[in-house]
Amino acid sequence: MLAASLLLPLLQLLIIGYAFGGKIQGVPVALVDLDRGPEAVRLREKFHAVEANARTFRVLSEESLDEALRLTREGVVGATIVIPEDYSRRVTQGNRPKLGLVLDNTDPFVVTTLTQKMAELLDAANRPEIEPRYLSRVSLEVVEIFPYVEYIQYLLPGIITLATFFCVLIGGGILYIDDKVRGIHEAYLVSPISKLQLLLGMHVAGVLKGAFAGSVVTFVGVLLAGVGDVLTFSTIVLIFGFTLLVSSSFVSLISLLMVRVDDPVVPRVVIGFLNTLLFFPSGAVYPTSSFPNWLQWIAKFDPFTYSVDGFRAVLLKRVGFTAILDDILILAAITIVCFSGVLLLFQRKL
Amino acid sequence: MSAIVAEDLRKHFGAFVAVNGVSLHVEEGENFALLGPNGAGKSTFIRMLTTLITPTSGTAKVGGHDIRSEADAVRRTIGVVPQPVTSDPKLTAAENLDFYAKLYSVARSQRQKLVPELLERIGLFDWRDKLVGTFSIGMRRRLEIARCLVHGPSIIFLDEPTTGLDPASRISMWEMMSRVKSERTVTLFLTTHNMEEADELCDRIAIFDHGTIVAEGTPPELKSQLPSSEVIEVRFDSPPQGFLESVLGLAAVDGVDEEDGLLRVHSRDRSRALSAIVDEARLRGVGISTMSVREGTLEDVFIHFTGRATRDETGKIKMDVRLVER
Repeated sequence: MLAASLLLPLLQLLIIGYAFGGKIQGVPVALVDLDRGPEAVRLREKFHAVEANARTFRVLSEESLDEALRLTREGVVGATIVIPEDYSRRVTQGNRPKLGLVLDNTDPFVVTTLTQKMAELLDAANRPEIEPRYLSRVSLEVVEIFPYVEYIQYLLPGIITLATFFCVLIGGGILYIDDKVRGIHEAYLVSPISKLQLLLGMHVAGVLKGAFAGSVVTFVGVLLAGVGDVLTFSTIVLIFGFTLLVSSSFVSLISLLMVRVDDPVVPRVVIGFLNTLLFFPSGAVYPTSSFPNWLQWIAKFDPFTYSVDGFRAVLLKRVGFTAILDDILILAAITIVCFSGVLLLFQRKL
Repeated sequence: MSAIVAEDLRKHFGAFVAVNGVSLHVEEGENFALLGPNGAGKSTFIRMLTTLITPTSGTAKVGGHDIRSEADAVRRTIGVVPQPVTSDPKLTAAENLDFYAKLYSVARSQRQKLVPELLERIGLFDWRDKLVGTFSIGMRRRLEIARCLVHGPSIIFLDEPTTGLDPASRISMWEMMSRVKSERTVTLFLTTHNMEEADELCDRIAIFDHGTIVAEGTPPELKSQLPSSEVIEVRFDSPPQGFLESVLGLAAVDGVDEEDGLLRVHSRDRSRALSAIVDEARLRGVGISTMSVREGTLEDVFIHFTGRATRDETGKIKMDVRLVER
């Protein structure tokens, strides 16, 4: 307990300290070059220079503008840079050349960083080596793909995830420890119920409680955040299904961590650790692209990351099932792996 | 046919030996008690028989099923009232019974009939919709006995079922168990540290101490193994130091134990012992405040075989035993 009470603040220092305010790096950006002229090539070289040095974004060349916009809308890339068809001609003619920047503006931190970086890049590109005879300054036309996202809206997916997690902690993964402490487990362990039935029963109980909490916070939360209009029939079905899956992954994970625990003090300590370890690295309060490498690795294995990403996509980007399929598959994989572990480690004995 | 057969059953927890090679047979329909003090290993033994703990070595069959390889069949055969209070406080009395009936795959139509019937039998019908968390320990114990009957088991294990109950609740529990026995043929396997309970409920008793059976038989058989069938109880007025030893040294006295100034004297020759004690007191100038003769009890049997007393309900040692056989 003493070690835990000393370790927890240090863990919080590390995780919260590195989770906020870092330099955003490695944001995937789609580049659609419709011009393919000499000036476009020069510009692309500059983008690659940023990719190699400041590392603010990773440029992914995309042939089709429609595909690039779809990827932006679904959050696969943070933005699409469009070099229009007549870009090189306009530069050489000094005829107000423009670049397009289509932003996934559901993450205000990424928006600010990308806009700023693009402005810097164009400033550098526009700086003449010799005074030109005609005006060829390239300007940037920024398009935000979604309505303006306030921070309360940005925070909402994380809060829904946290509500589900807390309800799962109380009513799910530690249910068996609670029964052990009260001695109730002895009564059902002498019944002919199988290990799988017992674990599935406890799992489903926890999942339903977590999903209930998650759904209630979602429906109240969207109203408080002013995005109540997102609640169409299909979104409600999608949200409820997704909440069930998120809850299921949490129950499995916590059950796996607690499967051999008898001491009721342990969950109290673990709750503190998990809260810090799962919530802050998930991108719920600040984008994961600003994290150092080690924190990004935690985020990769953190079910919160996929929950936050999924809820953000459905509630703020208003996309459908296919857009969150990656999150669904990863959460399902976490559920299956952790539940298998529980099944393997659970002892149907005292 | 034997309902329960254990052969050289052992359970070690690291270096600690909780059950040390126990063999026993309990016949179908028999009421059998494992009598021993707290910490003797009774609960560990019953938990092995009810498939809750895996034995370190040895074999056992319950209802003809091996406790290791046929654990599921054993569980279908038995009803268990564990030592801790295990009814769910967050469910009502009826929900508790219904839930457990579901665990035993009792059909819904049968449950609808069975649950009120069982609640009626244990006198909790009027409490059927009340949360069990509001019940007294006695009521919860009654409910747990009803719970272990939901699937009609042929063998019932009760691990210290009356621990923590007041005398009235204890008697009510005994009546309930006797009623269960009178209604159907079941084998009752009971662990207890209460001599009276074992004497009241059981046909055969095994005295259990330090993980082994030290004596086994019917209550009369066990009492007959005492050095004397009667015990002289005597209380002296301010006996001087060493007086107990001088009583123990009397020729007709076989053994003495003492609790709070009360001496229990065992002797095969009651008349000689009585007059020797009175003479010794007169000789040493010690007054006798009370003196009586009573039949030997299971408590005396227990002390005889284990050299120590059981614990009382509060867990305090009832007496500091000094029994010396000559």
